[in-house]
Amino acid sequence: MYKIAKENLASLFALIHETNELYLPVQVAGQTNFAAWSEDACVDLDTLKTVKSPKDVFFPQSETLYTCNKEDNKLRITPEALVDAPFVVFGMKACDIKGIEVLDRVFLSDPVDSFYAARREHGIIVALACHEPEESCFCKVFGVDCTEPAADVATWMIEGELYWKALTEKGEKLTEAVKSLLTETCEAKVEAEKSAVKEIVEKLPYSNLSLEGWNGDVLTEKFNDELWNELYKPCLACGTCTFVCPTCQCYDIKDYNTGNGVQRYRCWDSCMYSDFTMMAHGNNRNSQMQRFRQRFMHKLVYFPANNDGMYSCVGCGRCVDKCPASLNIVKVIKAFSEKGDK
Amino acid sequence: MSNHEHNHGEHECTCFPGFKHDTLIPMVGVITDIREETPDVKTFRVNAPEGGKLFEHMPGQCAMLCVPGVSEGMFSITSSPTNKEYQEFSIKRCGMLTEMLHSLEVGSEITVRGPYGNNFPVDTVLKGKDLVFIAGGIGLAPLRSVINYVIDNRADYGKVDIIYGSRSADDLVQLKEIREVWMNTPGINVHLTIDREQEGWEGHVGFVPTFVKELGEAGQVEFGINTISLICGPPIMIKFVLGALSDMGVSKTQIYTTLELRMKCGVGKCGRCNIGSKYVCKDGPVFRFDEIDELPPEY
Ligand SMILES: Cc1cc2nc3c(=O)[nH]c(=O)nc-3n(C[C@H](O)[C@H](O)[C@H](O)COP(=O)(O)OP(=O)(O)OC[C@H]3O[C@@H](n4cnc5c(N)ncnc54)[C@H](O)[C@@H]3O)c2cc1C
Ligand code: SF4
Ligand code: SF4
Ligand code: FES
Repeated sequence: MYKIAKENLASLFALIHETNELYLPVQVAGQTNFAAWSEDACVDLDTLKTVKSPKDVFFPQSETLYTCNKEDNKLRITPEALVDAPFVVFGMKACDIKGIEVLDRVFLSDPVDSFYAARREHGIIVALACHEPEESCFCKVFGVDCTEPAADVATWMIEGELYWKALTEKGEKLTEAVKSLLTETCEAKVEAEKSAVKEIVEKLPYSNLSLEGWNGDVLTEKFNDELWNELYKPCLACGTCTFVCPTCQCYDIKDYNTGNGVQRYRCWDSCMYSDFTMMAHGNNRNSQMQRFRQRFMHKLVYFPANNDGMYSCVGCGRCVDKCPASLNIVKVIKAFSEKGDK
Repeated sequence: MSNHEHNHGEHECTCFPGFKHDTLIPMVGVITDIREETPDVKTFRVNAPEGGKLFEHMPGQCAMLCVPGVSEGMFSITSSPTNKEYQEFSIKRCGMLTEMLHSLEVGSEITVRGPYGNNFPVDTVLKGKDLVFIAGGIGLAPLRSVINYVIDNRADYGKVDIIYGSRSADDLVQLKEIREVWMNTPGINVHLTIDREQEGWEGHVGFVPTFVKELGEAGQVEFGINTISLICGPPIMIKFVLGALSDMGVSKTQIYTTLELRMKCGVGKCGRCNIGSKYVCKDGPVFRFDEIDELPPEY
């Protein structure tokens, strides 16, 4: 275990940046999101949750797949180069890392998405353990320990010092490269911090939410439940919940005519949108109730059915914070369990 | 079988040394023949620019065809894998992309990626069985691949009946092949029908589901325990054919069909064609009817 004083982090970032692209929480116009580091970036490690999850470091909101040119009526396809240089993501929280585990199930299953795989291969994750979990957090429900993030390097911010522990080979290598700035220390403070934070987690309002009754085998029963007809009503179909979510992975594929060839790109899409499933002959989910149900059924029933019980929610609470209509997955889970209690 | 072992992650692209060819990156295909089937359906023959087929496939599989800058769409590969020279797609004009495809000429280049999806179980379940193909309109496209596969491996299958109908005689696709090849293959019976009377048409008149029932009840087509039915067509036709078959005591486990949902990626990742725990692009498009019963009714 090592540590570094908070005021020396700028040097640490500069040193990492010498050999790696570096992404970390940066405040822009009052909002904190993961962005590329530069010397004058306003790094913000105090905000617990970035507005968007850091998933776009691995699965960008928009990315080019290839360019297609036409010369003498012949088409030529030039695939976009894959990421081939190492990069570091600093400050990811345990829930968002679990989110990457969920995305891995999607993008690394056969056939492997090489754009995503290249980023996973070259990305080094330095996690920051949570110090002050918030009321909207319920990662515990999904088996996430926010005090012990599973990354290449885990760090803890305690009393103005960042404690640093490599957990994988990639992490060891990075540690070696920045060792000149680190000092060796013992784990006592980190252990105390972990127990203190765990106590906070226990007291969070949603920490004891029960997932009983949600699994891959309850498809018909949950799908046909009357509750959906009430629950969805306030939904504005804005898609905010899907964009801020670390596990939502639906995407669209589109063309952009550059004037000098056609760029084919993919970008995040949302199952909450009415044209998502629109076809020439009609739409197979033509009410917002159906689309709302799809999002939650996918996270709590369909995904677990295909992925050994793993849920496609990590309890980050972003949808709880951001939905303009105060709808969220907690409300859905609660509505069903309250109904069960009756 | 080649389909599921086809690992896109492994062939190298020549454009970039070391680039692993992603399944979302298409190949260039050349249109080498265009047949006008009906007023709104054309069949396109597609080859690799250097000749030959772009890839191998199994009957029932699909591919994404794209006119760069317009859009991309999923289409059944209507030719049989036993055709070693080219692949064919029968495409119905119904919107932006299909309009654009219809405006192309022989020699035009498009992009193609695939093959995607599962296939009709031609090498397992269907072997040794009597087969009844029931198609409506453009729905013949995926079944034609199976029919020609069966013809080219005739000894492996029992009796074959093909029941095919369209709005009018002008809307029957592949009529030339039906008359010249299918009708002349021993052990294959073709039963054509059109919705309404038409001058010059001497065949049957009436909707496909009613025709299926008539043929079954008259014993002209047998739906026995050794029969597998394969149905493709508009949802409304499928619904009534299913009713007719069930009235005749055919079990859902003896019926296969294909589902058609909006698709983008073709590989179970973009989320678009998800119903229940299935992705139609990857786990389908071919389903046995009892499997469809287990899905939420969102197709
Ligand atoms: C598995 C499968 C197999 C198919 N096989 C055939 C075939 O053999 N022959 C044939 O003529 N058609 C087939 N289709 C339908 C074909 O994909 C659509 O008719 C076509 O994409 C419509 O495109 P458009 O741009 O002309 O229409 P528009 O209405 O302009 O399309 C608008 C958008 O909707 C999408 N879209 C519209 N309808 C569909 C649809 N049914 N499925 C998926 N996306 C759609 C288009 O890609 C486009 O982005 C198949 C569809 C699927 C899913
Ligand atoms: S649930 Fe909320 S955030 Fe999601 S689409 Fe509906 S209104 Fe928007
Ligand atoms: S559904 Fe809500 S709480 Fe769950 S991972 Fe997505 S944004 Fe976070
Ligand atoms: S088309 Fe993308 S998941 Fe099926």
